[in-house]
Amino acid sequence: MSSTLTQKPVLPPKREITTKPRLSDKIFQRVVTGGGLSSLLILGLIFIFLLYQGFQTFKSQGLHFITTSNWVATVNEANQLDMKNSHFGLAAMLIGTLICSFIAILVAVPISVFSALFLTFYVPNSLKKFMVAVIDLMAAFPSVLFGLWGFFVLAPIGVSWAKLLHQYLGWVPFFKMESPFFDRSPLIAGLVLAIMIIPIVTSISREIFGQTPLDRIQAAYALGATRFGMIKAVAFPYARSGIVGGAMLGLGRAMGETVAVYTVLNIVYKINWHVLIGAGGNVASMILLKFGEATQGEVKALMAAGLVLFVVTLIVNSIADLIVARSGKTGR
Amino acid sequence: MSTIATAKGSIPTPNKPWRATPAQRLITIGIFAASIAISGALVAITPLSGNLAYIAVFFISYIVIDYGYSRATQGKTAGADSIFRGFVMLSISIAVIPILSILYTVIARGYKGMHWTMFTKDMHNNAVTDPINQGGLLHAIIGTFLLVIVALIISIPIGLLTAIYMTEIKGRFMRPIKFLVQAMSGVPSIVAGLFILAAIVYPLTKTFNSFEGSLALSILMIPTIARTSEEVLLLVPQDLRESGVALGGTQWRTVAQIVLPAARSGLVTAMILGIARIAGETAPIVLLTGGGDTKNWNIFSHPMGSLPFYIWRGFGAGTPESITRAWAGIFVLLILVLSLFIAARLLSNRKTK
Repeated sequence: MSSTLTQKPVLPPKREITTKPRLSDKIFQRVVTGGGLSSLLILGLIFIFLLYQGFQTFKSQGLHFITTSNWVATVNEANQLDMKNSHFGLAAMLIGTLICSFIAILVAVPISVFSALFLTFYVPNSLKKFMVAVIDLMAAFPSVLFGLWGFFVLAPIGVSWAKLLHQYLGWVPFFKMESPFFDRSPLIAGLVLAIMIIPIVTSISREIFGQTPLDRIQAAYALGATRFGMIKAVAFPYARSGIVGGAMLGLGRAMGETVAVYTVLNIVYKINWHVLIGAGGNVASMILLKFGEATQGEVKALMAAGLVLFVVTLIVNSIADLIVARSGKTGR
Repeated sequence: MSTIATAKGSIPTPNKPWRATPAQRLITIGIFAASIAISGALVAITPLSGNLAYIAVFFISYIVIDYGYSRATQGKTAGADSIFRGFVMLSISIAVIPILSILYTVIARGYKGMHWTMFTKDMHNNAVTDPINQGGLLHAIIGTFLLVIVALIISIPIGLLTAIYMTEIKGRFMRPIKFLVQAMSGVPSIVAGLFILAAIVYPLTKTFNSFEGSLALSILMIPTIARTSEEVLLLVPQDLRESGVALGGTQWRTVAQIVLPAARSGLVTAMILGIARIAGETAPIVLLTGGGDTKNWNIFSHPMGSLPFYIWRGFGAGTPESITRAWAGIFVLLILVLSLFIAARLLSNRKTK
């Protein structure tokens, strides 16, 4: 018995403790990093290929591509684009894009912010989940549906509103009419876009209002604030920058919208500041319209237009994203 | 408060002094009814007319009466509160009315175009302007199915890898990738279509087919899947990962056998939301798929019809029959999107329990 005590116990070989990743982990990390970087790759490829296809247009038109507004594609005998006599200027459509999306923002943001306040501070708890789901559902509706609904249901109502605006606010420069043609105007396109972005802006604002620190809300109530007083003093200052970011995300979405604008708006290639007149356009819908009958050469100009749209929406979205990401750290 | 003391062993009902009393409720209803009456009377007497006038007069009179009442009974601050509440209620109504109107319009107009043979026939020997009971949209359903499945096959690995990078590896590219995924979710759908045209159709294939459409759709789908999956993976408790590693698992095995299965239903939700995002996407489909009228199971050749294209063409043809067809197509598409949306909701609700 005693011999077993003197006998040294056989220890297992010392385990090597290492923080070096094993081969499988190395492969795993490489693959996942590669997959993660694919968004960079895709965005980069979009930029490169659109630039490659549109380069000819950028080179021949130069800065005129975004400052002038005639779009004339002349074709010579060999069915090739005659670069000498063709002019591509995107300004009319860029301004059209801005007009439509600004109308959308003007209409949608107040409604969305108030709706978000309702969904955060006013709605009864039993209804809250349902109401949030209903608003989110609207964000999932396809844009072609908004287009058709806008054309058949909203447009007749919108025309009557446009007539009212013209009648009572006709002195405002934007509401001037030379000829009474109210159908399919930028105003109606802007209203459809507004309805499309309301769910987006609402859900972002709602999330940010929902993050308002509870102690501050309760402090406001404890000091005798009404709900309005609390929102004015606590929730709104807290959420302000987030709302700006949400509005810009909505702006980015409105600028890139294609099918709904194409369906509702009467696309005419000229600068039109008068939002009640039925003529306008935006870059995306113009691309879709011209694409059908475009020759090889004109398609290159459309690619260039697509690149401009891509870059503009990318900038707007990036700024919006930075603002939203930073929000919530500010406020009293 | 005395009710608590007098309760004989029974559970006292909670006392909620902030709740509206029956009298207050009655007054609210009274203000509401008075505003309706005023709007009706004013529209009848004055030259105002139309639905807009009813709503505007109703809203203004509601605000005025409610303000007057609150101010008289509770003071100036309560008056301001009541005006603000009025605007909040108005806004949520304006936000909800379009949803109801859209649902109603689609059901009312789409219903007329529905018939059962629509799901068994395609349009190969019918024009969109033919009577509604001829032809069908089977080819469009098949096309949308194929487009979505192929886009899903492309997007799931990329979206999931992005999400895993954000939650498991957390490397130095984390912030840029988060930013880029956000930026990618804002890419206009027409740009995605143009990109595939520029990168694949013109230099390589020179024909339209449904695979190209799926590629464009996956550009729109990847950000949705990546962001939703990231949120879901963040909900997996850190303990699970640590226990996986503590048991000697490599990171790869921990992620594949513990983290991903734990987030299974959430990941399915991410995929469903991705499908819902692209199922009705029209612009890239119009640019890329060619839009055929016959059943086509081959994604690499021949034009492919799809629900958005079917709607698009029906609307474009402009006759009453074709527009009714378009509404029927929308009806089918909306049912698809709605059921996907409800499925996603149910799944994510189950997960949080």
